[in-house]
Amino acid sequence: MSAAASAAAAPVRESIGIALPGPADVDAWRQQARRLLAAEVPPERVDWHVAGEMPGLFAGAPPPPAEAPVSVSVPRRFLDLAEVAIRHRDPARFALLYRLLWRITHGEHGLMQVATDPDVLRVQAMAKAVRRDAHKMHAFVRFRCVEMPPRSAEGTGPDAPGPRYVAWFEPEHHILEAETGFFIRRFAGLRWSILTPEASAHWDGHTLRMGSGGTRREAPPEDAHEELWRAYYRSIFNPARLKPAAMRAEMPVKYWKNLPEARDIPRLMAEAPRRVAEMVQRGATPPAPRRQRLHVPAQPIAPPDVAEGMAPDLFSGTEDPAAALAALRAELERRNDLPPWTSAATQLVFGEGPVGAPLLFVGEQPGDEEDIAGRPFVGPAGRLFSRAAEEAGITRADAYVTNAVKYFKFKPTGRRRLHQSPDAGDIAYYRPFLKREIELVGPRLIVSLGATALRALTGKPLAITKVRGEPIETPDGLRVFPTVHPSYLLRLPDPESKEREYARFVADLTAARREVA
Amino acid sequence: MDLRRKLEILADAAKYDASCASSGTEKRDSRRGGLGSTEGMGICHAYTPDGRCISLLKVLLTNACVFDCAYCINRASSNVPRARFTVRELVELVLHFYRRNYIEGLFLSSGIIRSPDYTMEQIVEVARLLREEHGFRGYIHLKTIPDASPELLARAGLHADRLSINIELPREEGLKSLAPEKDGPGIRRAMAGLRLRIDEAREAKRTERRAAAPRFAPAGQSTQMIVGADGADDGVVLGTSVNLYAGYGLRRVYYSAYSPIPDASSLLPPAPPPLLREHRLYQADWLLRFYDFTLEEILAGGEGGMLDLGVDPKLAWALRHRDRFPVDVNRAPREMLLRVPGLGAKTVDRLLSARRHRSIRAEDLARLRLPLAKLLPFLVTADHHPRGGVLDRADLRTLVAPRSEFAARAAPRQLVLL
Repeated sequence: MSAAASAAAAPVRESIGIALPGPADVDAWRQQARRLLAAEVPPERVDWHVAGEMPGLFAGAPPPPAEAPVSVSVPRRFLDLAEVAIRHRDPARFALLYRLLWRITHGEHGLMQVATDPDVLRVQAMAKAVRRDAHKMHAFVRFRCVEMPPRSAEGTGPDAPGPRYVAWFEPEHHILEAETGFFIRRFAGLRWSILTPEASAHWDGHTLRMGSGGTRREAPPEDAHEELWRAYYRSIFNPARLKPAAMRAEMPVKYWKNLPEARDIPRLMAEAPRRVAEMVQRGATPPAPRRQRLHVPAQPIAPPDVAEGMAPDLFSGTEDPAAALAALRAELERRNDLPPWTSAATQLVFGEGPVGAPLLFVGEQPGDEEDIAGRPFVGPAGRLFSRAAEEAGITRADAYVTNAVKYFKFKPTGRRRLHQSPDAGDIAYYRPFLKREIELVGPRLIVSLGATALRALTGKPLAITKVRGEPIETPDGLRVFPTVHPSYLLRLPDPESKEREYARFVADLTAARREVA
Repeated sequence: MDLRRKLEILADAAKYDASCASSGTEKRDSRRGGLGSTEGMGICHAYTPDGRCISLLKVLLTNACVFDCAYCINRASSNVPRARFTVRELVELVLHFYRRNYIEGLFLSSGIIRSPDYTMEQIVEVARLLREEHGFRGYIHLKTIPDASPELLARAGLHADRLSINIELPREEGLKSLAPEKDGPGIRRAMAGLRLRIDEAREAKRTERRAAAPRFAPAGQSTQMIVGADGADDGVVLGTSVNLYAGYGLRRVYYSAYSPIPDASSLLPPAPPPLLREHRLYQADWLLRFYDFTLEEILAGGEGGMLDLGVDPKLAWALRHRDRFPVDVNRAPREMLLRVPGLGAKTVDRLLSARRHRSIRAEDLARLRLPLAKLLPFLVTADHHPRGGVLDRADLRTLVAPRSEFAARAAPRQLVLL
């Protein structure tokens, strides 16, 4: 075999050593990876390491000469993940990332979506560990404040006079530089330093400077506020709910040495059972002899007994209709024989409008928005009604609006409450109150909107399609003008019928107005 | 009284409020002045041995109170020592703690003193000073006094990220007997009022109308229910939550297992808190909100309105609906995979994504570190089908139920008097 032939064959087997300038330098890694891809170097032939770390171990062949950069397209998801995972302390991270890149560019373009692939799982686990470490750093860095003495030299550097906040922290991965942004956003106006074994970060209120690693002794040994903080930590702990495993899961023991409050944990845990036993044993204590009292006597908190002196007049007498309406409303609010579903509603929604209004509109029941606001006709159907009424020449403020049923009946589903139609029993329950309300307002014409209102007024189920648009007289001698409920218009599926029915509704309201003109 | 003693009393008085969340608000930072930031995700700066997170400085402004709620350590007739922060003292304390990175912000509540309006005004003043005089951009959660004036509530919402009103007890009757001064319907009306303003402010932000409604509690509202202080069963507790979520757009309902307090009222028996029950309620709450379970389905997994304490509510449901299983991990729709005990929403999404590329085998599930013993009786994979009859076995429950240390230790224990 000629020398030339063996020299040509050997490099194929030999591994290539790649030295990166920093432990989490994703740009350098990308640049090298692009070159390796261009030279079609398979992942198993590359040895990655950080320059200066363990020299001699990676004495592989020099990297291939820089070629014209190939353009490689990879999923965004891979790059996002690589940028985070490269901060992991595992020396194999560079090789893992290159292997993933190789597979993605060699026939497995959708690889990152295969959550069950061992390489994908591993890089995701790495990124997750790095994110967790960063999150714990945001949480567990504890600054100690040192007051820098005034000196002759002025300036804004780290030694400038005034308070300076210094923390010692031991991250698990190479995250310090990447996480300085968080602390700058949070403490932009303070001067601070975070010291770690590997590197340090210093912010003077304007610029960030990265420095070399340090030791715990370079950070201040104490801070006057730590005692207050520890007092808070001890006091907010509830000894009756000891769950130390939950605590350790979220605040792993490895962080404790740099958390001032963690010094109190052993004692808090040791004392907890005794404290609880004492509470239980002591049992109830007699009330304090000197009770806390209101300075100014507040309004009576229990509702006044409206029924007293009120009940006999509630359904008779119209001398002062406004006062009688208020009494009727109060009565409805305090009754304890309401249909049981009403307890799920927020509040009573009573009628609204001037006493003596010529037109009184009766709807079905309050909806979600009415229930929240405590006012009738303010939801989507109410807004549609107002628009139609104004178009029909009815001044909305001159009309009285109310509902046949005074509470919102619904079925909760997720984030919404679905309207439930009131049944015959609900309508019958509120009927006497509705009739009294009408009597006190004294309208010239009642417009019933929808089937429920019509049933409440007439006492029997009637088909609106047969009676709408003409005044009818109820057995009780009320003049009622039936039409549809505006929510019917909202439910129509196609714009064409929506428009037609809306026009018909406005025509009905116009006819009703003419009846009282 | 020195500041440290005050802090001890007023933190001790606040610890029965479970919430400490600092999430879900707008993004802010201090690069253009002020102090602090919020970035969406909450941060827990420490954990106490009760397993709870410390995110906010959670204190009362004062623990003096004219109300006499039997379950509360601060009730008027309690013998606890009383203290009160001055507004300035508390503002300074928040800033000192925040600069040292101990906290995300403040959760301020108070006993009712003088009048609801006076109390609310003091609470709002702390928030106003922090925001306006100190440019504080951290998180503020204010407890809202239901009877306070609308104008004070508007100011509270202007400064706070989150507002909350505690519903306290799931049933009206419970409130009447244990918290006679509290007004259940009034609490719900106040929540409705908050929803109205939160919706308006959100809508204004979305549409950028010119006459926009002012900022109002961008992180929404939450509430807390005490569990185990009155006789309400889990069905009543969860039914109340369902109504609260649907009606008032609450971000969270917190369940707080009634905890014995140092100075207990004779109306409540001193007993260890039902921690496992609280845990199951949170699991059920999660299923209701993110897994499309209905309340009826969740209760069907238990007995007599109570959840099964022995297994989680999803497994309890599955054990009683075995005819729906096994489910094929390579074919089933998302909503059915979400019903499989041991599969969470994130895992389901990863499986859905992975199965488009290759068929999923049992070893893949193992690699995802899923609880195979719990899963496999309910699941079909490319290489696994539950052995014939495993779903019909009477002892399936013992095969799949976890033997968790927490479940064993948190189970209610009978107290014996000496």
